[in-house]
Amino acid sequence: MGWGAKMADLIHMRGIDKSFPGVRALRGVNFDLRAGEVHALMGENGAGKSTLMKILSGVYQPDAGSILVDGTAQRINGPRAAQALGIAIIHQELMLMRDLTVAQNIFIGREKRNRFGVLDEAWLNSAAAAIFAQMQVTIDPRARVADLSVAQAQMVEIAKALSYKSRALIMDEPTAALNAKEVAELFAIVSTLRAEGVGIVYISHRMDEIRLISDRVTVMRDGALVGTVAAAETPIEQIISMMVGREISDARPIIPNLEGAAKALEVRNLSRGRAVRDVSFDLKQGEILGFAGLMGAGRTELARLIFGADQRDGGDILVNGQPARIDTPADAVRHGIGYLSEDRKHLGLALGMDVRANIGLAAMANFTDAFGRIDERALNKVAADYIARLTIRTPSDTQEVRLLSGGNQQKVVIAKWLLRDCDILIFDEPTRGIDVGAKSEIYSLIQGLAAEGKAIIVISSELPEVLRLSHRIAVMCEGRLTGILPAEAAQEEIMALATQRAPVAGVAA
Amino acid sequence: MSHVDTKKASGTLGGAGQKLLAFASLIGLILAFSVLSENFRTISNMMNILQATSVIGLLAVSATIVIITGGIDLSVGTAMTFTAVTAGMLLTWLHLPIPLGVIGAIVVGALTGLISGAFIAKMRIPPFIATLGMMLVLKGLSLILTGTKPIYFNDSPGFTSIAQGSIIGALVPAFPVPNGVLILFLVAAAVAYILGRTVLGRYTYALGSNEEAARLSGVNVDGWKMAIYALAGAVTGIAGIVLAARLNSAQPALGQGYELEAIAAVVIGGTSLSGGRGTILGTLIGALIMSVMTNGLRILSVAPEWQIVATGAIIIGAVYADSLRKK
Repeated sequence: MGWGAKMADLIHMRGIDKSFPGVRALRGVNFDLRAGEVHALMGENGAGKSTLMKILSGVYQPDAGSILVDGTAQRINGPRAAQALGIAIIHQELMLMRDLTVAQNIFIGREKRNRFGVLDEAWLNSAAAAIFAQMQVTIDPRARVADLSVAQAQMVEIAKALSYKSRALIMDEPTAALNAKEVAELFAIVSTLRAEGVGIVYISHRMDEIRLISDRVTVMRDGALVGTVAAAETPIEQIISMMVGREISDARPIIPNLEGAAKALEVRNLSRGRAVRDVSFDLKQGEILGFAGLMGAGRTELARLIFGADQRDGGDILVNGQPARIDTPADAVRHGIGYLSEDRKHLGLALGMDVRANIGLAAMANFTDAFGRIDERALNKVAADYIARLTIRTPSDTQEVRLLSGGNQQKVVIAKWLLRDCDILIFDEPTRGIDVGAKSEIYSLIQGLAAEGKAIIVISSELPEVLRLSHRIAVMCEGRLTGILPAEAAQEEIMALATQRAPVAGVAA
Repeated sequence: MSHVDTKKASGTLGGAGQKLLAFASLIGLILAFSVLSENFRTISNMMNILQATSVIGLLAVSATIVIITGGIDLSVGTAMTFTAVTAGMLLTWLHLPIPLGVIGAIVVGALTGLISGAFIAKMRIPPFIATLGMMLVLKGLSLILTGTKPIYFNDSPGFTSIAQGSIIGALVPAFPVPNGVLILFLVAAAVAYILGRTVLGRYTYALGSNEEAARLSGVNVDGWKMAIYALAGAVTGIAGIVLAARLNSAQPALGQGYELEAIAAVVIGGTSLSGGRGTILGTLIGALIMSVMTNGLRILSVAPEWQIVATGAIIIGAVYADSLRKK
């Protein structure tokens, strides 16, 4: 069947290299896609999966390497060239125009129009309806995308890809924001497409999904190909160890004895609209509480409520046993709560300012006299202390923060909050965009802070990260806290809670 | 992330809700002034209000197009002057027939838009900066070309009737709507049609809604952006003609400051400065609110200084009301 398989090969990527300033994102990567297969592409964040697929879909140009489609070398120099070759991508961050309707989004760039440019809206709507009928989903083509749920928006993206008569469909973490029922619907569509001979590249972190729908699995690590295996014949443990380069089981935390520890933070019935619903939990000094859940489960929203960044509808927060009135971030900081945003670059750092200034930014009052003059010498000393203590790798304390690596930027943010004497630290996706080596440094830093008695919340979408750090694991789904598990909980238990939707009234769960 | 859920309402209701609010405010203002002053509620004063709205209204229509893309055009005021000067040069200096002068001004207006669009799309200069530069360049050029002196249209009889005559009045004498106002409504209807029914309009909203998504969908974002700015520039050219016809002259020193009034009308009309949302109808209502306000306060003998303060307060109030409703 050697020849037969070759004939069905749709896409060959050979020796793909790609560098960005300061990062070598891809090194000599090979990747094949056959017609009628679901090919899972796996790897930790930053492994290069998305970059590789952006090259295949014409968003980026490779520095070296070749792409063959149906055996012919092609230059895919833009999204339009990819479309012409029948290659469509559904980006991780949905690329839809919220203010336009569903049908307008699907056919953007290919509107049916007369020679004066006047649009045929009726054609647009009926063509979109036809695609949805084929997918067996019900979405009104005239609805505005802004009014859709995330799952519906995802379906619109898929409909858009199908409307190109795509033969190769790349899905970048399509289930990240979907609930169990929606995932099942998506998989039904994927199966139909596969049966019709579409080749599907499926990027996901979820092992259970990979087993369920993929034929082959390709694993990447640090911008390089680790290997391609048949999904059915490969144990999950092997795939995980290919991803992380080590066995995951040895990476569980040592749980400190916190029986005598005081409660640092008590959250009681905290609510905000549909995003956070009636959440209560305790956090002890020296404890690391992990928050697991799917995208959109409400973890970041909960963190923002605790930090006073959003207004809560109801609920109470107690800090060190005392009721705390937290209506603004300034209130939270006064109570010793620090929040390290998932969006470090936009919300955590002044990128154009130097390391020293960033470390001191949140605590300038400590370094200014009555006339507002800055005590540079004291600031220098404190900055130097933290650079040494957190091993921030920077040529000097006057280096601009934007020139540091992701891991060192994160350390600067941590230093900033430590300087404010924060005893409760909320880390939101602490290692997003940080390379593998620096991750373990951040982990030991967080563990070190806990050992000093800081109370710590870690929100992470990467289950191995949650398992590795947490003393207890809180799981959220659709704004509700669905359970708190001990550190030794199995991934399956966490996933079950993460997808546990609220029971419908009157129906037994 | 779940922003998708929480921001649900703002996208759809925002434009319509603000428009409704703006329309109610307009009616409220008219009723209030009508009660306060019998000089306000005359047909001839209504015509004054409409006449006063024509130029700002056209500029606001131009500004709306650009603002829906998520951009801004600070050059509409001086670009309008530049097109009026162009008409003056073609008609008074070169003695060309009136239609050629009109077409010339519109073409030059479209060209200024195209150039701004090219700065923005091709050279990646932020719209605020690119059009700020254009504003000054065009202001300077108008002064240079005219030697800082007005050009009068005394040699082109009939030119002033473009704004001041009344075709409608000739047919329905009781209702002497000035031609300038007729032009405003015709242009507004045409632009509303383009925005709502043509591919150019579709991409105008698409760019403002998510430019990157449009680019990744294979839309030639740069090309369309220049076309959109050119369309806005053509409308600015029409405003230049109407202004010149109203004044029977091209005044090279005039123009700067009009852009802010135009943008104010757009904002009051519910168009989002962050792009993606907005309507021409809303902008017309916004422009009318501003002229009714100015006219009414003048008739009530409120000092001009206070009229300016009132205009500022309206802008802030309108946008605040919008943001309140979105919460």
